Amino acid sequence: MRVFRNIGTYSIMIGKVFGRFTRWSVMKGLIIKEIDSLIIGSIGIVSFISFFVGGVVAIQTALNLNNPLLPKNLIGFATRQSVILEFAPTFISVIMAGKVGSFITSSLGTMRVTEQIDALKVMGINTYNYLIFPKIVALLLYPFIITISMFLGIFGGYVASIYGGFCSSADFIEGIQLDFIPFHISYAFIKTAFFAFILATIPSYHGYFLKGGALEVGKASTTSFVWTSVLIIVTNYIITQLLLTS
Amino acid sequence: MITIKNLNKTFAGAVVLNDISTEFENGKTNLIIGQSGSGKTVLLKCILGLFGIDSGEIFFDKKSFQKMNIKQRSVIRQEIGMVFQGSALFDSMTVEENIMFPMQMLTQKGFEEMQVRANQVIERVNLVNANKKLPSELSGGMQKRVAIARAIVMNPKYLFCDEPNSGLDPKTSTIIDNLIQEITEEYEITTIINTHDMNSVMEIGEKVLFLENGNKGWEGSNKEVFNTDNQTVSNFIYSSNLFKKVRKVYRNENDN
Repeated sequence: MRVFRNIGTYSIMIGKVFGRFTRWSVMKGLIIKEIDSLIIGSIGIVSFISFFVGGVVAIQTALNLNNPLLPKNLIGFATRQSVILEFAPTFISVIMAGKVGSFITSSLGTMRVTEQIDALKVMGINTYNYLIFPKIVALLLYPFIITISMFLGIFGGYVASIYGGFCSSADFIEGIQLDFIPFHISYAFIKTAFFAFILATIPSYHGYFLKGGALEVGKASTTSFVWTSVLIIVTNYIITQLLLTS
Repeated sequence: MITIKNLNKTFAGAVVLNDISTEFENGKTNLIIGQSGSGKTVLLKCILGLFGIDSGEIFFDKKSFQKMNIKQRSVIRQEIGMVFQGSALFDSMTVEENIMFPMQMLTQKGFEEMQVRANQVIERVNLVNANKKLPSELSGGMQKRVAIARAIVMNPKYLFCDEPNSGLDPKTSTIIDNLIQEITEEYEITTIINTHDMNSVMEIGEKVLFLENGNKGWEGSNKEVFNTDNQTVSNFIYSSNLFKKVRKVYRNENDN
């Protein structure tokens, strides 16, 4: 029963986010602030993780290529496929559920606990639009982060392969061009768009409807991370099934 | 004037407010008193529309809040100022930005005009050199002043205060009480204060409503409340040793 109530409340919340808009002069400031904290503030950690995980993928692939008949360009090929199809859009989104999601839940939760949301309501402001809409708009730039992640992941693989002596630069570059299917990029960005919406709204829901005190803010951040991750994984499965199987 | 008629409110089947009817007059400081859990905050939040009610009606100057559409409610809300128990200031905004916020959201005023008005109310609540400070850099008393300034910046017709003295020392409490009363008289607004501070009752309670387990236990003026025959109210008022001693001295003086 509780699951259905939560789904219902979430749906009503989404409806209200797009109702009675906050005036643009105020909204644009809020959007810029959210872009700064949700997108710009995440570039560092995403870049760091992408570079090293890309490197690890390349090393793991190289170490498993024991058969001398297998071409060395497979290292570049496997790195590209892993990074573009799964690592950048999905793995980074799960990390972002921890970073951005917890931040959204705890900031809205704290506003709820300290009655700041009530203060906005008393002023007659559509709190859903004022608090959640800027986060959704800011996360429209989320594909930008995933693009950086894709580039740095492959670059990390390249650096690890060359400096680890697993293959030559020419082999790796040949590998990343091998059998390239442009639709895979579209598939990755379609997934990213869905993940961005999940990342903005699920943590907002957990923060906005929080009940209790400081302890509950911590609990809500954890619950929000779990549900955001679960939804990202499930959505990933459904989209992959729909777009990549014929 | 705010009129409440037969207001009922339950949470998950538990009755929190039971058939409350009362009237809060214009230009007066009205106090809602009662023990913790008696339903004071719920009543205040029901009047503000933050909690829906089960039955009954709330009238703002004879206009039923329950019969208003979203737009009309929004207009009424612009005429309301609220001072929350914990001040509820926006952490990321400076004092000046906090005070300008309602104007920014609800009026067409230009930045300079808003700044002039913000400085007027900042001066009115005696906040010195705090315009550019963040709420976290202020003391509890100063935060309350900022909250009052934000509540009155739109020239409200109704001012609500939820335990404005909580966490403050007795001297600062008196200053805040006096400030609220002065503002009430100056702006001729209907002020409703939720409190269990007996000093506030003594000093500024022009009308007192006593809640007891969600029921209206008693109502009258602050002069009547200290001499009432109602045992529950009397026990509540004189629960502290200080007030018991005050009553003893008062009675001794009267006997002599």
